Amino acid sequence: MAILKWTHRPFGVELADDFIRLQREMHRLLSAAGGRPGVNLVRTSGVYPALNLSEDAENLYLRAELPGIEPEQIDLSIEGDSLTIRGQRTISEADKKVNYHRRERESGYFRRVLTLPSPIDHTKVAAAAKNGVLTITLPKAEAAKPRQLKVAAA
Amino acid sequence: MSEKEIQVKDKMELTEQEEHTQPGPVFVPDVDIYEDQSALTLVADMPGVDGDHIEIDTKDNHLIIVGHITPAAGEGEHVLLKEYNEGRFHRKFVLADIIDQEKISATMKNGVLTLVLPKIERAKPRKIAVTIG
Repeated sequence: MAILKWTHRPFGVELADDFIRLQREMHRLLSAAGGRPGVNLVRTSGVYPALNLSEDAENLYLRAELPGIEPEQIDLSIEGDSLTIRGQRTISEADKKVNYHRRERESGYFRRVLTLPSPIDHTKVAAAAKNGVLTITLPKAEAAKPRQLKVAAA
Repeated sequence: MSEKEIQVKDKMELTEQEEHTQPGPVFVPDVDIYEDQSALTLVADMPGVDGDHIEIDTKDNHLIIVGHITPAAGEGEHVLLKEYNEGRFHRKFVLADIIDQEKISATMKNGVLTLVLPKIERAKPRKIAVTIG
C-alpha cells in the first residue's frame, strides 16, 4: 500500500513536466508537417508505376520500381515530349494447388505516360533494369543543355 | 492470368516501436506467402535490393528480413519529380513450429526475394511388432 502522498511533488518535477509538454508539442507539430523530419514528401499521380525524375547537365533520369518484371516485359515508347511505359507484371505461382496465407503483391498490366520537361535526343535513349529498378537515361537535346557564356571585357 | 490494371499504392512505412540504429526511412515490403505439401514459400518485393545486401535472421521463432538498398540516383542529380521514396526494407514474421529452420533457402531476382521454408519431417507412423512370449 502506498504511503507517500502522490500529490506531494519533489523539487524539479514541475520543470521536467514543462519539458515533456514541450517535447509533445514539437512532436505534434512535426507530425502535422508530414511525418518524420527527413522523409521527403512525395506526390503521386495515381497511376502505376510511381516515377522519380531527376536531371543533371547532360541527361534526364527516369526511375521506377518494378520488382519482378523482366526487362523484356517493359515496353517503352517516346513520341514528341511524351514517354510511355507499358508492361505487364505476372506473378508466378509454383503450383495451382498451393494455398495462400498472404497475398499482397499485385499482378496485371500498366501503362503510364509522362510529359518530359525538356527536349531530348530520341536516338540516344537508354533503359536498364537492375534489381527491379528501371532506369531510363534520356540525353538532353543540344538546345536544352546548359551553356556557359563568356562575358567579353569591354 | 488476370487482365486487371495494377493500381499504384503508397509504399508502407514501417511503424515499429523499436529504434533503428541507421537513419532513413524503412518500408514494409509486399509479401505473398503460400503453402504446399512440403514447404511454405514467402515472396517479397524489395526493389533496389541487391542479393548481397539482404539479411535473413531466424531467432526466437521469428524470421526477420532486412534489405539494404543502394541509392539509384548518381552524384549531382537534381530531383524534378518524386513519387516514391527509397529506403531499407524490414519485415518480421513469427515462424510456425512445423518449419525446419535449418533448411530455409533464399533466392533474389529482379528485386524479388523468394524464401522457401521447408516443413519438418512428420513423425512417421510406426508399427510395433508384438512378440509372443
